Amino acid sequence: MLISSIGAYLDIFARDVLGLDEIKLDDSRRKFLLGATSLVGVAGVAGLATPFVGSWQPGAKALAAGAPVKIDISKLAEGEMLGPIPAWRDKPIFVIRRTQELLDQLNSKNERLADPNSERLQQPEYAKNETRSIRPEILVLVGLCTHLSCAPKFRPQIQAEQFDQEWIGGFFCPCHGSKFDMAGRVYLGVPAPSNLEVPPHYYEDDGILVIGEDEKGMV
Amino acid sequence: MLSLQQSMKNIMNWIDARLPVTETYEKHMSKYYAPKNTNFWYLMGVLATVVLVNQLLTGIWLTMSYVPTADGAFASIEYIMRDVNYGWMLRYMHSTGASAFFLVVYLHMFRGLMYGSYQKPRELVWIIGMVIFVALMAEGFLGYLLPWGNMSFWAGQVIVSLAGAVPIVGDGLATWVRGDFNISGITLNRFFALHVVLVPMLLLVLVFLHIVALHEVGSNNPDGIDIKKNTDEQGKPLDGIPFHPYLTLGHDLPAIVAFFFIFSIVMFYFPDGGGYLIEAPNYEKANPLKTPDLIAPVWYYTPFYSMLRAATFPFLGLDAKFWGLVVMAGAIFLPAVLPWLDRSKVKSIRYKGLASKVFLAVFVVAFFILGYLGVQHPTPLKTFIAQICTAIYFSYFLLMPWYTAAEKTKKVPDRVQMR
Repeated sequence: MLISSIGAYLDIFARDVLGLDEIKLDDSRRKFLLGATSLVGVAGVAGLATPFVGSWQPGAKALAAGAPVKIDISKLAEGEMLGPIPAWRDKPIFVIRRTQELLDQLNSKNERLADPNSERLQQPEYAKNETRSIRPEILVLVGLCTHLSCAPKFRPQIQAEQFDQEWIGGFFCPCHGSKFDMAGRVYLGVPAPSNLEVPPHYYEDDGILVIGEDEKGMV
Repeated sequence: MLSLQQSMKNIMNWIDARLPVTETYEKHMSKYYAPKNTNFWYLMGVLATVVLVNQLLTGIWLTMSYVPTADGAFASIEYIMRDVNYGWMLRYMHSTGASAFFLVVYLHMFRGLMYGSYQKPRELVWIIGMVIFVALMAEGFLGYLLPWGNMSFWAGQVIVSLAGAVPIVGDGLATWVRGDFNISGITLNRFFALHVVLVPMLLLVLVFLHIVALHEVGSNNPDGIDIKKNTDEQGKPLDGIPFHPYLTLGHDLPAIVAFFFIFSIVMFYFPDGGGYLIEAPNYEKANPLKTPDLIAPVWYYTPFYSMLRAATFPFLGLDAKFWGLVVMAGAIFLPAVLPWLDRSKVKSIRYKGLASKVFLAVFVVAFFILGYLGVQHPTPLKTFIAQICTAIYFSYFLLMPWYTAAEKTKKVPDRVQMR
């Protein structure tokens, strides 16, 4: 079917473009040969494109740079952010120890959020909860705005801000004005489409956080 | 003994029998008839060509000292600026040239809008020109990463992330473009290859096609009158003059001199252009952990950047981010179909009706406002204004089939008007 329809196009091509009307193209063997060689040609072009396209994928060096990283969080004070630190896949990682006050306010204005229940796959299963974290107070995020990958600013104060009069702490992206709450959940009506990403992580012990890997193993 | 003149003639005859030098020269220079009523707006094409040559030459010289790696790039720019003889000048010629390129190309395109240069039979000239514009935007963006300053990094970050807005395959596409999970030396190295080899080659081919297509149909003019309709007994257009020497020496050469005069003032005295040509954060090395307070593109991208971030709400179940990409891409590609949007019987704005004039004027104002907003911090009010201006930008094109068909046009004279 495919070969015969290619053959039909080749007939037209040969007659109208190459001017080969004296050659009888209804000869079925010639048709088959033209069709078959064309198919092989297409496969050849696809094969030839493979190294050029494939060469752009992250190489071994880039993959190796994405290995998991261990972070000591024992000295991280309440209400403070560690980072941005380069960690998983060279992306800036935010580690925040939230205060009780911030946690109390956290789910108080969920109607302003686009995805308060973290339905979209922006976090591992074990971080799909009210605080988007394993331990309630520790928040681990990839510090790149889900809009166009700017680094959002950490604005932990519960106070009226220039960009939001009823601010209950969170992240503000200066590039295009996207807002996220203290669990990295995106507000409604901002350009960013989804919550900030929570990278795979686990706690090796009380003070050691491993990012880029969870208890099941490397991602 | 043959006279010198005779031997030159013999040599030319020998060459012409093997390579059509004289024929090509006559077709494109001495016997190419251009309208005699062309004005200031018709100088931008030749200026764009001159800037292209400037970019190629200075660019080649810059590659002689530039190092396309994450460790070496930033330092090599400092090396060019301080240690390479005339390195500072070559770099400023290149960076000022980039802005000059867009300036003359924008004016060149505006001329097309004003005088209907995209209309039949110049559709292909226009479309090839639009492809050149897109290639030029790509070239500028790729080159902007190369100094590896902090604004280079974050501009690259933001624009490559745009690919991530494509549904389903987006993230993989962005990773493929970067060659890494974040912008890195790998990205820098490939952008270098694209900026200095692939896109310039494309640009040269496209500019060649643009000129060949133009010379096939002939130049438009401010009256939009086809000069081939009125010819003398020998078939020469009565309203035309040979491109060389009349336009080359009479119009273009003085324009080039004046252009380089202004260019030099900027290049020698204001190479940073007050932070609009070379942005302050770019004097700091790329830092993946520190976003500049305001990521603003260089001035020539700001109108489109404003439109990108004017999309702030989801639609049809797709993210605002995706629509931002669609709006920006639409804004860039939409002018390409102008030849089929304009239903007017006349080409030039001189003979079009009031609606066309109002729409064009409002369009230009909106474009300037968008350009201004693109370098500003987003606030709800500014975003709202950007949304209005985006709507105006699109209405200019999308409503064109109606307002150009409905309006009353003036009668076009038979011969061009000298004024």
